[in-house]
Amino acid sequence: MDWTIDRRRALAIGAASAATAALGGLPALAQGGNDHKELIAKFTGGKTAAPGLVKLDLPEIAENGNTVPMVLTVDSPMTAASHVSDVLVVADGNPRGGIATFHFTPAGGVAEASTRIRLGATQNVIAVAKLSDGSFHMASRQVKVTIGGCGG
Amino acid sequence: MSVKPRIKLDKNQAKAGEIVEVKALVSHIMETGLRRDANNNLVPRDILAKFVCTVNGKVVFSADFEPAIAANPYIQFKFKATESGPVVLTWTGDKDVKIVGEDKITVG
Repeated sequence: MDWTIDRRRALAIGAASAATAALGGLPALAQGGNDHKELIAKFTGGKTAAPGLVKLDLPEIAENGNTVPMVLTVDSPMTAASHVSDVLVVADGNPRGGIATFHFTPAGGVAEASTRIRLGATQNVIAVAKLSDGSFHMASRQVKVTIGGCGG
Repeated sequence: MSVKPRIKLDKNQAKAGEIVEVKALVSHIMETGLRRDANNNLVPRDILAKFVCTVNGKVVFSADFEPAIAANPYIQFKFKATESGPVVLTWTGDKDVKIVGEDKITVG
């Protein structure tokens, strides 16, 4: 009996390390399994983010997940009284949820930023914006990735 | 580190209140810390985790990066020109890396 357990355990360990090594190469395993929900909850302090105001521009299909162009825009007057302060960007299918956090100031004039991100598999990218009045807004976009980009 | 970032402002001369676009590219591996080398050892994380842009000493935009930012991180953002001065872009990261680049804006 002991032998059976040992063998099972050995197989389980083998499978787990294989998965870690492959990382982005296993979409089924990665999907929804990371810490993105916790990151959003921590960012909003448990508040619900309403849809709208935030715009995420990402390609519908990314041939190379190693570098996916992303443009983030938040519709805001960007005055001292009413502006966007922080925007959290997460992905639900990467080994880790976090992508970036942008910090805008009224001195910025426009809440717009662009960068290139890594996506390990086909998944949703979610942006949550914190406004100066304490409310949260969000947007989500699905990107189909043909070649994973997280160390695979 | 002798990395020199590439910085481009869409204009160096602006009227007060005009929006200036900044594009910056810096050469960096952005190692995720999740990859394994040939001997199956984890390659330690080595990323630029923090980016700050100041115009005439005032922070106009900053960002925190995670390993999910692509290698050779590119960043584009905008700021409103209100006063002349240096536009300083600073990246800091793991292994005590600090990369600084500078341009300038003249308002008038």
